[in-house]
This record gives sequence, C-alpha cells and structure tokens, in this order.
Amino acid sequence: MTARTVLTIAALTLQEAARRKVLRSLALLTFALLGLSAWGFTRLDAEFGGLTSGEARLAASAVLNLVMFGLSLIAALGTAFLAGPTLAGETESGIALAMLARPVRRSAVLLGKWLGLVTFGSGYVVLAGLAQLLIVRVTMGYWPPRPVTGLALLAAQTAVLLTLGLLLSTVVSPMASGVVPVGLFGATWIAGVVGAVGDALGNSGVARVGTVSRMLLPTDGLWRGAMNAFQDPSVLAQFGVAFEGHPFLSETGLTPAYVGWAALWVALVFGLAALAFQRRDL
Amino acid sequence: MTGQATRQEAAQRALAGLPPSAAVWCSGLHKRYRRRTAVDGVSFTVERGEVMGLLGPNGAGKTSVIKMLLGLVRPDAGEVLLLGRPARDPYARARVGYLPELFRYQPWLTAAEVLALHVRLAGVAVPAGERQEGLAAVGLGDRAGDRVGGFSKGMQQRLGLAVALVARPELVILDEPTSALDPLGRADVRDLLLSLKARGVAVLLNSHLIGEVERVCDRVVILDKGRVAAAGTLPELLGQRELRLRLDRVGPEARARLAAAGRLTRGGDAYTVTLPAELDDAAVPDLVADLVGLGVRVHAVEPGRISLEERLLDILRTGPSEERS
Ligand SMILES: Nc1ncnc2c1ncn2[C@@H]1O[C@H](COP(=O)(O)OP(=O)(O)OP(=O)(O)O)[C@@H](O)[C@H]1O
Ligand SMILES: [Mg+2]
Repeated sequence: MTARTVLTIAALTLQEAARRKVLRSLALLTFALLGLSAWGFTRLDAEFGGLTSGEARLAASAVLNLVMFGLSLIAALGTAFLAGPTLAGETESGIALAMLARPVRRSAVLLGKWLGLVTFGSGYVVLAGLAQLLIVRVTMGYWPPRPVTGLALLAAQTAVLLTLGLLLSTVVSPMASGVVPVGLFGATWIAGVVGAVGDALGNSGVARVGTVSRMLLPTDGLWRGAMNAFQDPSVLAQFGVAFEGHPFLSETGLTPAYVGWAALWVALVFGLAALAFQRRDL
Repeated sequence: MTGQATRQEAAQRALAGLPPSAAVWCSGLHKRYRRRTAVDGVSFTVERGEVMGLLGPNGAGKTSVIKMLLGLVRPDAGEVLLLGRPARDPYARARVGYLPELFRYQPWLTAAEVLALHVRLAGVAVPAGERQEGLAAVGLGDRAGDRVGGFSKGMQQRLGLAVALVARPELVILDEPTSALDPLGRADVRDLLLSLKARGVAVLLNSHLIGEVERVCDRVVILDKGRVAAAGTLPELLGQRELRLRLDRVGPEARARLAAAGRLTRGGDAYTVTLPAELDDAAVPDLVADLVGLGVRVHAVEPGRISLEERLLDILRTGPSEERS
C-alpha cells in the first residue's frame, strides 16, 4: 500500500514537472548557458592558442567549474521552485484535501514527492552536466578525471536543497519555501568562499565560517567535492599556492565521512518534514 | 509502547465481536484552533446505508468535524471509527469517498487522469469504462480529456463528486456538494444521493440547502457553536404537524372542539391547529366530521408539516440546551 502510494505520487510529481512551465524555462536557461559556454570555450581556444597545456587545463578547469556552478544554480532554482509550491501550494489550494483523504500515509505522500523531485533534479543535472562536459571536450579537448563522481555530487547537492525546500513547504507559504532554500544556497556558497580565503590566509577563525556553514547545509561541501572531481589534479599541484581560496577551484576532494553526513542530513531533514507534515491541520 | 499495542489489540478484538459496525462512529470530538474552540464534544453515528445530514450555521464546526473524521485535522480529543476501523489507520479510508468544501484538483491533469489517480491511491481496480461512466453521471462525459485547469467552478465541483464516488465507496462524505452548482446540477446531486441510498451507501451530507437535506436525509445532526444542538430522524425532529383550515360559522362549541385538537391560532377565517406528533391517522377526518356536525362550513383543509427550516431556526434561536437528544 505504501510503496504504491510512493510510486504513484513520484510519477505524479514528474508529470507535474513535465507539464508545468518549469521544465520549459529550465530547458531554455540551460540551452542559453550551454550555448554561451560553447562560444566562450571556442573563443578561449582561438584567442589563447599559445597557452601552455598546463595553463589551458587550468583555464578549462576553472571555466568548466564556473559553468557547472551556473548549472547547479539553475538546478537549485528549478527544484526549489518546484519543491516549494508542490506541497505548500497543494495544501493551500485544497488539492491535498481530496488526495490525503485517500487511504494513504502522509509520510508516503511526502516520500513520493521527494523521490519524484530527486529524480527530476538529478536527471536534469546529469543531462545538462554531461552536455557541458561534451562541449568542453569538443572545444578544448579536456575531459575531467572523475566525471561520474562529479555529476553524482551535483545531483546530491540538488537533493539536499530540495529536501530543505520540502521541509519548509510543510510549514511556510509556497513562495517562501521556494525563495528561502535558494537564499541559503547562495549564503552557504559565499560562506564557503570566505572560509576558503580564510584557509589561504591561515586565519582559522575565518576558515571556520566555511566549515560550519558546510555542516549546516551540505550544498557547498558537495559542490566543492564536485569541483574537485571536474578539475585536472595536476593543475593545483602545479600552481598550488597561487590559487588557494579560488572560488572555482577546490584543493581537496570529499571525505567519505562528509558524504555520510550529507546523507544523514537529508534523512534528518526529511524526517523533520514528515513529522511536520503529519501534524499539520489541512 | 507495548502496553499501548496490547491495549489496541484488545480494543480491536472487542470491536471485532460487535455487530456490523457503523459507517461513522465518533465520540467526544474536540478541536481548538489557537484560542478558539471550533468543535466541543461532538458525538454521532452514521449507520450503514443511511443518509445523514449535518446542519448548522456558518462557523458551527461542520467542516472541522468532517476533516477530523477523515484524518485531515487532528482532534485534540475524541475517537473516530470509519466503517469499523479506527481512523488513525489510513486504511480505514479505503472505502470512503470525500468531496471537500474547498474542491480543487490538479489543474495540469485531465478529468480522466484525476479519476485514474484517485483510483490508484484508493488501491482499487476500476476499469476505464466505469470511470468514464462516473464522469458522465456528473455531466462531464464529453470533457474527460480536458485539463482541469480550464474547468469552471461548477465543473470542478462536479468532477469532485465523480472523484468522491469513483472508488466504489461504502461511505461518502460530501461537504456542501452543491455550493457551486446550477439548479439542474442540484437536482442531479439529489438523484445521485437517492441512487447511493438505494445502493446502500452511507452518506454524510453537509449542506445549507435545507430542502435538499429534508428530501434525502434519514437523520439529521444540527451543530451550533461546536456542539450538537439537536439530532434525530426527521419525524423525531419535526415532530409536530399543522392543520390549516378555512372555516366560517364557527360557534363556541366548534372553537372548543378545535382547541381540543391542538394549539389553535386564528387569522380571519383561517384557523391553524398545531397537532401533537403522536396523533393517529383518523384524527383529522374525525375533526372535520365533528366540525361539520357542529354546523361549521368547511372551505379548505390543508395538512402541513413544520418544515426543517422552521425547526432549524427555532432550535438555533432558542439555544441548544433543551433540545439535546
Ligand atoms: N484552519 C483554521 N484555523 C483557524 N480557525 C479555524 C480553521 N478552520 C476552522 N476554524 C474555525 O473553526 C470554526 C468552525 O469552522 P468550520 O469551517 O468547521 O465551520 P463550518 O460549520 O463548516 O462553517 P461553514 O458553514 O461556513 O462552512 C470557525 O470559528 C473557524 O473560524
Ligand atoms: Mg464548512
């Protein structure tokens, strides 16, 4: 009974994403970004044909990560604005009344939503990310060392954000539950940059800003792991010190402990969301 | 935890031993929204196959009671059994259809897809043909493939009715099912209710259209300020009957005879006698024969019931205290 509910709602959520304008706007934004980056990469190659291979790889890594950041931002915006309204909007409009009066557990409905959204977000990130990697490959001849890990981490980042959006949508209005995660996503990213600068300067107080924010909301940590997977490992070894604190290059990969924490974080936040949704009067 | 589990098991065993369970049984429902008490100790039963009306003024707590029955709102206190199962168990709602007061369905789905979704959530297998018939029964037969987002308000309410009825329910809970419908639609709903009644489906109907309630309901519960102000079958509630007569040449003896039959009011040649409920069928012909015997000329004799509307207003104005039953 529960599995059927979860799958039905997940399919419904995907159908909603496909039929609403979210998908069209996402596709448009993505094409714009991919087109721009393709153009940029061909220019980079043409203008700086004289770059040493090390410099070219550095440039490719940094620009690739920049564009990937753009993609992850689009994914974050897209899923957050899908996750928020889908639950908060349904309780507000009354769509949830008829559905939840069926023999379904609310936690199963929530899990179905989550599953649908994760599928949608991950599918988007993987497809758009792969397209981007191919563009870099064609224009610059660069292929990242661990593309699968990188894309998986980007997908995980999306999952973290939309879980937060789901939690918020059980307690606040549809609009707020879309805006707040995106805001927090940006704030953690900035905190991460600040922390990296602190690291570079050897100021442990400033560095702690990044560490703490990365624990509170694991999007930035996962993002740094993804960057690390996309960039050429020889680059940092070569140019090391000069690029410490660079927002689009990351010195370290992810520890399994951190990935574990991110998974636990998602489970905890989902549990909270299920609890809040269960107790809610419709 | 285990103590609670064994207690639940014991309760379930006790329930299993009972005679056929009611469609709805609720006891001592309480609900407060912040400081405001919305529902204050409501208990009632809807038997299987019975159509019960839930009446009361705006804000009486009708919708809140309905939502507590369906687990959409958590009661602060009280117990609910649906079709014999505790309402905490979602499966209790497997055979329950519901039309919310605020009826909205996924605007990006077509009418047919909304029905398919609800059938899947209910966990029953209803063939597409039967679902299409359900749409046709509410007058949406030719709109099955259209997106719900493009439906008018009344069409959405009709769709809501189809959704409530699609999964072969044994209990249907309708919260103001005709609030957005045209007169034709209201008549359709009345026929629909009567056909449900004929099929033995229990119905809990909340409506402000008293004529509707009076025509289809077996029993009525009247809520006021979150409490049950009155409850009972229609004859019980309406009790008294009236007899309106147009007479002349009424002498003192005839007047005494009339007064003996019931409470007498007079305006010109129109006399109204309020007859007690337990009067037998011969009482009216006997009265007329006696009047004629006393030389009264009888122009018209018109039996009338006190309407549910008059009774409702009476109950709500005089207050609930002496009306509890
Ligand atoms: N979500 C809510 N938050 C706060 N108060 C509520 C909420 N829902 C209902 N109430 C209050 O509970 C009381 C009963 O409301 P309810 O909707 O049950 O009335 P009703 O009998 O269905 O009225 P109507 O005939 O207008 O539909 C009202 O005083 C209302 O203000
Ligand atoms: Mg109401």
